[in-house]
Amino acid sequence: MSDADPDADHGPTNDGQRFDRLPETPADREVAGRASREEVLDWWETRFGIGREVLGGYSFWEKGAGKVWVFNGEAADPSRVETIGMTFLRTRQEHWKPTTRAVQRFGEDATRNVVELGPERASRFVAGEDQDLPEWDGDWGYLIVSHRIAGTSAPIGVGLYLHGELRSVVPKGSRADLPVVER
Amino acid sequence: MNPLDRYESLVDDVDAFRAACDRPLPSVVRTNRIKASPARVREAFEAEGVAHDPVGWHDGIFRLPDGNPGGNWPHAHGWTHGQEEVSALPALALDPQPGDRVWDACAAPGSKTTQTADLMDDEGTVVANDNDLGRLSALRHNAERLGVTNAIVTNQDARNFSLKPLAFDAFDRALVDAPCSCEGTCRKNPDVLAEWTLDHVHGVAGIQKGILTRAIQATRPGGTVVYSTCTFAPEENEAVLDHALASEDCEVVPFDLPLETAPGVTEWDGETYDDSVTRAHRVYPHHNDTGGFFCAKLRVGGAEEGAGGSDAATADRDAAGVAR
Repeated sequence: MSDADPDADHGPTNDGQRFDRLPETPADREVAGRASREEVLDWWETRFGIGREVLGGYSFWEKGAGKVWVFNGEAADPSRVETIGMTFLRTRQEHWKPTTRAVQRFGEDATRNVVELGPERASRFVAGEDQDLPEWDGDWGYLIVSHRIAGTSAPIGVGLYLHGELRSVVPKGSRADLPVVER
Repeated sequence: MNPLDRYESLVDDVDAFRAACDRPLPSVVRTNRIKASPARVREAFEAEGVAHDPVGWHDGIFRLPDGNPGGNWPHAHGWTHGQEEVSALPALALDPQPGDRVWDACAAPGSKTTQTADLMDDEGTVVANDNDLGRLSALRHNAERLGVTNAIVTNQDARNFSLKPLAFDAFDRALVDAPCSCEGTCRKNPDVLAEWTLDHVHGVAGIQKGILTRAIQATRPGGTVVYSTCTFAPEENEAVLDHALASEDCEVVPFDLPLETAPGVTEWDGETYDDSVTRAHRVYPHHNDTGGFFCAKLRVGGAEEGAGGSDAATADRDAAGVAR
């Protein structure tokens, strides 16, 4: 690369257009700022209690700045495909953020930082509404938001809890006006 | 001209055929077992007051008489996917197993890709290809919503698809749900009848032959290729199979579908086709009150190799997903 490349002296950089497999551990890291597989697995365990027995069989890939994808198939040459697996986690920021779909897919195994909403609050949440939630006495930050449906608790998506307020970070395209279903 | 006229000689009951084609189709959803069981979906529908009827031939597929398949909690959770009944047939015929390497050659918008991933328990690799980049975004959206983690999405012309980006050099199974004239979807979209032309039939048949040929070449000896369309045109169905039989090492094999169907035809418009195309299934709208469809299953020739997937469970597999 030319001399103008500011990272030329600091090893490979993240190519936002391409999938690259996460390094196994921080010691294996070649691309600055890239999360390692161990850190990703540790984060889900620490934050939500979702352990390696759930996620250990998957591979993790970065494409775009900090966007981590989860994949369960046989690895491809990532430079020549559109996507592998599904979006999973946003890294390269102070507080990592799981995706709505990752939380729906794996969040039923969570044992902590899960807030279960009642029927009326669940409908407001999935519509994208922020709401006061002073009774929450757990961690601040990104939480798994769930509700009771068909006899069990099921994750709806991701909420951001700050200063007594639960913000809905359900993406616009996934929000819906759904009925309040009393159980 | 209404293209349905030309198929009257193929059907057993012309009046019933035409009457069915004039009726709109109900909304139908398929349970996504990656995230939920049919029983859980049913329970959630009942609690929410969403009217739903089982289709009778599959325990995970429901008709929603009030429509609006996207306006309920099971959809928000990714437990269901709006998909017409006949559209669920090719993946059942393909019968993919966990661990298989599967190619969905014309995958967008992803109904069959996601059903295939579901049948594989989201284990193995399904390569979802489409040449239309715009339609791939719909596929990606659906795969994410349904929680599919074993899909690779590619954007190639299926007729000369390259496996170089992949970790293997042959598929265990391939699905060619080909672009077609789509008269079978007239109950959803009557415009397909007004837009129909014989020139398009002949043009798209060439594309179909190219894609099916590539799918057979890209599948290991002993592997399975399923060819399906939503057209009644023999030029796009049996003639495409006949071409593949003549040019590639493969055979059309018998298989069961859990609906009433008619066999493939061996004569049309002065042409004759290989007798084995009668093993393909034609689904007419009046037989099961569905859309129209065509589905064939091929075995790729040559000796079996020990490849990634398992064929062992093929025979008893459909009992798992299909209630007769």
